[in-house]
Amino acid sequence: MSVSILSSVLAAAGSPSFPILASLVFVPLVGAILIALMPKSRPELSRQMAIITALLTGVLSIALLVQFKTGEAGFQFVVQQTWVESLDIKFFLGVDGISLFLVVLTGILFPIALFAAKPDHSPKGYYAWLTLLMAGCMGAFLALDLFLFFLMFEITLVPLYMLIGKWGHGRRIYAATKFFLYTMLGSAFMLVSIVTLAVLAGAGDNGGVSFDFTKIIATDNLATTTGRWLFLGMAIAFAVKVPSFPFHTWLPDAHTEAPTAGSIDLAGILLKLGTYGFLRYGLELFPEATVWFAPVMLTLATIGVVYGGIVAAMQRNLKRLVAYSSVAHMGFALMGIFALNVEGIEGSVMQMVNHGITTGALFILLGFLYSRRHTYEISELKGIAKVAPVFAGVFTLVMLASIGVPGLNGFVGEFLVLLGTFASNRWWAVVATTGVIIAALYLLWAYQRVFQGEPDEANKSFPDLKISEKLVMLPLVGLIIFLGVYPKPVLDRIEPSVKRVVTRLEVKVEGFREPVTRDGADLLFKAGSSHGLNEEHSLRSNPNGTGANQ
Amino acid sequence: MVGLVWLIPALPLAGFLVLVFFGKRIGEPRAGWIGTGAVALSFVTACIVFVGLWGEPDHTYQLSLFEWIPAGRFSVDIGFLLDPLSMAMVLFVTGIASLIHLYSTGYMHGDSRFPLFFTYLNLFVFSMLVLVLGDNLVLTFLGWEGVGACSYFLIAFWFEKDENASAGKKAFITNRVGDWGFMVAIFMTFFAFGTVTYSEFLPMAPGLAQTTATFIAFMLFVGAIGKSAQIPLFVWLPDAMAGPTPVSALIHAATMVTAGVYLLVRVNPIIAASASWIPWTIAIVGCATAFLAATIALAQQDIKKVLAYSTVSQLGYMFLAVGVGGYTAAIFHMITHAFFKALLFLGAGSVIHGMHDEQDMRRMGALRKIMPVTAVTFIIGWLAIAGVPPFSGFWSKDDILAYALNKSPILYVIGLITALLTAFYMSRLVFRVFYGDARWGESAEGELANLKAHTAMNAGTGVDAVTGTDTGTGTGTDTDVLVDTHEDEGTGLSSVHPHESKWPMLVPLVVLAFFAAIAGFLNLPFTDQLQFLNRWLEPVVGENEAHFEMGGVKLTVELLISTVVAFSGIFAAYFVYLKKKIDPRRIELPFFANGWYIDQSITAFMGGVGRKGFELIAMFDKVVIDGAVNGVGRATRGGAARLRTVENGYVRWYALMIGVGAVLMVAFVLTQVSF
Repeated sequence: MSVSILSSVLAAAGSPSFPILASLVFVPLVGAILIALMPKSRPELSRQMAIITALLTGVLSIALLVQFKTGEAGFQFVVQQTWVESLDIKFFLGVDGISLFLVVLTGILFPIALFAAKPDHSPKGYYAWLTLLMAGCMGAFLALDLFLFFLMFEITLVPLYMLIGKWGHGRRIYAATKFFLYTMLGSAFMLVSIVTLAVLAGAGDNGGVSFDFTKIIATDNLATTTGRWLFLGMAIAFAVKVPSFPFHTWLPDAHTEAPTAGSIDLAGILLKLGTYGFLRYGLELFPEATVWFAPVMLTLATIGVVYGGIVAAMQRNLKRLVAYSSVAHMGFALMGIFALNVEGIEGSVMQMVNHGITTGALFILLGFLYSRRHTYEISELKGIAKVAPVFAGVFTLVMLASIGVPGLNGFVGEFLVLLGTFASNRWWAVVATTGVIIAALYLLWAYQRVFQGEPDEANKSFPDLKISEKLVMLPLVGLIIFLGVYPKPVLDRIEPSVKRVVTRLEVKVEGFREPVTRDGADLLFKAGSSHGLNEEHSLRSNPNGTGANQ
Repeated sequence: MVGLVWLIPALPLAGFLVLVFFGKRIGEPRAGWIGTGAVALSFVTACIVFVGLWGEPDHTYQLSLFEWIPAGRFSVDIGFLLDPLSMAMVLFVTGIASLIHLYSTGYMHGDSRFPLFFTYLNLFVFSMLVLVLGDNLVLTFLGWEGVGACSYFLIAFWFEKDENASAGKKAFITNRVGDWGFMVAIFMTFFAFGTVTYSEFLPMAPGLAQTTATFIAFMLFVGAIGKSAQIPLFVWLPDAMAGPTPVSALIHAATMVTAGVYLLVRVNPIIAASASWIPWTIAIVGCATAFLAATIALAQQDIKKVLAYSTVSQLGYMFLAVGVGGYTAAIFHMITHAFFKALLFLGAGSVIHGMHDEQDMRRMGALRKIMPVTAVTFIIGWLAIAGVPPFSGFWSKDDILAYALNKSPILYVIGLITALLTAFYMSRLVFRVFYGDARWGESAEGELANLKAHTAMNAGTGVDAVTGTDTGTGTGTDTDVLVDTHEDEGTGLSSVHPHESKWPMLVPLVVLAFFAAIAGFLNLPFTDQLQFLNRWLEPVVGENEAHFEMGGVKLTVELLISTVVAFSGIFAAYFVYLKKKIDPRRIELPFFANGWYIDQSITAFMGGVGRKGFELIAMFDKVVIDGAVNGVGRATRGGAARLRTVENGYVRWYALMIGVGAVLMVAFVLTQVSF
């Protein structure tokens, strides 16, 4: 039945007048409301409803991907509906190369998360919150109105708070509260920035207030200092969300106590709201401030990469370990943005997608592990590879992707990020590259303790993956390999939008030129002198952008 | 014909895919035949392509399959560069890999994960071929990491034993240190040239500013010493012997570990453009590694450990060759070494197999009568590595030494001393394993002495019965530790009956012995006509190779010296180990046996200071950073005591608050709606 519904949806979504972006937000929203209205006595109904909703949204996101015009840099499928006229707040959605794959990732990961794990109690609420979370994520990635974005950004907090607080383990209340208060506090700064920006820069019809993203970036009347302060406000919210060092400590707690689906969506999608925010609402809204703050952000990102890895190595709990590895991996995503060149930013978007896939897959596998052994403690596990070879094999593949072995997806993003950063800030890239050593260290060490050795009594009867579990892993494993071998279709769609952003940066910021390579043409070669190089490419107060000739 | 080049890596990949999905169902022995067949076909294809390559201009052919990573100005293809260098590599890699696959069908017989072994092995061959055929640095890096991952899988193949798992992990992580250098080198290459494709940036290299070239060359060198186990990153290779012996032969002797040498030879124009300390560093590190590893090999008791350190030492020779500008010599030695070292490892495997998983040379001896084929082929390998003319190792080692002499007499002398040590420790190995008295089933001398003392002491206290069982269990666990968790385990002390291996294991030995004997004829130094390899590699390395005159007299003297050195080493070992004129303990110093304490020092440092540092940072995260967060939270809520009361029913309270807030928000928005 659901298959026929899905296919008819796909056909309908193909027609040009179909408001596909609005449906991406409203389908899960309506689904959530319907689930909430369902009788508590029929829990299976709410599950079916959630699955249908999530699958439908997923299919819609795929339809969006299919119809997306590859070469275009601007926003596509734009829908606009005035909402609060007096404040020029609109229901304004659009998608470009930067948000496209985050939307698709949301569409893919949510249904998988539903299939990967079931709640141990009160299924109705669980499914309603999860579906609402999906709507919030979709809305946040698609919004082109600052108020709408803020609303969606905040909406995502509530379901996750509930998921952790009600369906989590152990110290779930502590973790949920910490998560909620921390991100809420960050958002408060963002709200101030947004409102100020709407009033200052708005060129709306009603008294100069506008939350319209396109209008705001079209006007250009921000004083330098104001821009920097407003950027800082946004940056705090996003840095908490990413999470960037030193704002990261809510993440391990939230992950450890969250139910599997919560962890998958938190790591897979919600963290990307931070990096996506930096890209869309930092880089595009405040070009000057972005360039000015870039060294600071790069430093935080580099620290995150190394520090996150080191702390991950010392964890005794698998979920905490993966959480800290997320700090390191998201550090790469953050780093690429502030490389401020096409390679770096494209790599960053790629890294967001890849991190969603690999970390999502890791959390699913940990969920399977938990359902068998009811523990995440490394010391309780041993020798699982002997009794569950398929499980170990899939885990190994995902682990290698996470380490960044080329041929698998994780490599592409990390590599491009480091490549781009090397061109703009060499020594940051050189330091961050040590992250590849540390990633191997903590993952292989954990793998050895959990999977290798002779299984002890408690782990002797560890069952291997069931068919249903294999099916859940199949799309993610497929994507891990496909994106590693042939990332071109993804990169081709990301690139025009990234170029647009970088070009705009060059136009808006005086004296800024995209930090690029020599293209084999000039000054690293003997004929030229190193001085010209340094003048030309000392982009900002950056002591390390110097040429190799020094 | 040459267009078939894509098939060379595709065949092992296909074998891998078949085995990964159906390996378990296919089972033994057919999984082995599929794996072997895929690689053998790949070898046949390589031969066909080789014939085709003769017809190509400059013996070079490029094939691009598709664009792999395009982003901004950066772009790399999945594409192959077939030139004399990669062709030579492909031929010997596929050839030796086929033989080792065949050998493995016998060696791994009965193992519970037999199909998995061939799955990994095929994946390895695929990765290795991508490494050498890749037409750009990033694709080479893909192969580089792929072989590293396979090496990790295969070292830890019997992962039930913790030390095997640790050895695999150590190999991967040590290699990653090198990979850091490799990646930085890629970034710098792209930064300088705007491309990382060999055929595009290598021709531009001579114009490169010296500091830039130096930076790239140095970082690639860092990558190379990781993969090729040079000082200080060699510590993983001896441990890698935890893997099954065919793995040691294929990955940790013949192919993967030579990847670093291949990389440096490939980028020879960059090395030529860099500061002079780069080749000097390469030469010195190579020379030092060769010498150091040879001294360690002198004192090892485990037959595979001797060969492992010997591999490190021989790789040192290849680095020395690269450093002194003898690129052809490096490749020449790489090929001859691949033959004789694969042969030696497989021979050792045959011995270990025949001795029921005994690896300690103190429990071998006089095996030549029982294992005639193994013994004869092993002896050929021994003569080759010891540098006895006219076996292959003599010619390739001498080639390197000639280049070393051209650069610096000191390098030459150390190279000669190392050659003497090589002849000595290899003769020691052969004499102890194949000659002398049969010591099968004996426990090692030292342990024997201990046991006796133990027995005597206990007997003194008068608990005879207990003593008996004590020693019994003692030796029992001892054997358990020494045998692998392999199918046919050693069943006890008295029941060791060595036997000769079966034909799938012997055929590769015979073929490899043949090539180990004659491979020297690839590049005889006497006339230009005889230097086939030199002329073949000329288009790739000719420009940057060191050139010097090798007159008849000088050449003759050098060859004579080398011969004398080789025979001195052999005779010295003969006097020590067969004639027993000198106590071996005066040579096998504990300092050597413990590998100059380098590994221990690194491990102690990593486990001590390094680990402490990591723990401190983790503690910092918990106490300072998270502590600050919680502190702020606590402060705002007015102390920890109240916190607990607030936390009760927090969820409901919060849900209520959120609900109220949401309703208010929606209500506000609805009043303003103007649909």
